[in-house]
Amino acid sequence: MANTFSNDEVLLTIPMRPDMELAAAKLASVIAESMSFNDDQIEEIQLAMIESCINAFEHSRSPDQSVVIQYIIRTNELEFKITDQGIGFNPTNKSTRRTNQPDLHPDMRKRGWGLEIMNTLMDSVDIMSGENGTTITMVKCKTA
Amino acid sequence: MANKFDIQIRAEHEYAVLETAGYLNDSLGERLSKEAQELIEKGYTQLVINLDKTALINSIGISILIEIIEALDERDGTLNFCGLSATQERTFRMMAIAKYAGIFPDEKAAIADF
Repeated sequence: MANTFSNDEVLLTIPMRPDMELAAAKLASVIAESMSFNDDQIEEIQLAMIESCINAFEHSRSPDQSVVIQYIIRTNELEFKITDQGIGFNPTNKSTRRTNQPDLHPDMRKRGWGLEIMNTLMDSVDIMSGENGTTITMVKCKTA
Repeated sequence: MANKFDIQIRAEHEYAVLETAGYLNDSLGERLSKEAQELIEKGYTQLVINLDKTALINSIGISILIEIIEALDERDGTLNFCGLSATQERTFRMMAIAKYAGIFPDEKAAIADF
């Protein structure tokens, strides 16, 4: 499933099937470990990767039902591009997944956390979304 | 990719501990919610969720944890978490979960808080 096309990049295509986000997270973990990211950073990368894949699974309505993930290895940072060919989405809209029950505590809402988790755990997150699909670009920098 | 998960439950006189193993997503979350609801209906209002064997968690799984916190809130109960990784704890604090549930390093400390 993984396809290496240069010394510094790895390409992975996953189907939009339950738990396939774990495959993307596992590969991210392997690459980050090979670059000597520390354990906390590797976990942060995995959680952000899981959220980005779930975002595509839930929102994209992609006709090919797949997500392409590009892992770009640089000296002191790892970049991820998570791309779907779906209908795009508005990053400011909160997800309505799973439950529409009102939140008991507004500051502890039950939905719409994916992008905030990515932003919290990664050094940068950029979203390009339009009618031909969405690409989320995330960068994690190595710390000493 | 099979996601192997499990929930161990230890119900004591005044509290119960739910220990998860595996990826906490919607599947494990729904099972956890069902087990927690059954304990609450039996009268347990002091619960500990031990995440020591749960290395990965997603936002859907966390939303189910919030539902458990809310269910206990409605009965003046308490939910304490333990065994979180540093990243999980950071995420829980960002999501305001630490305001409405306890976060402790281990099961002993989580139980002692009741």
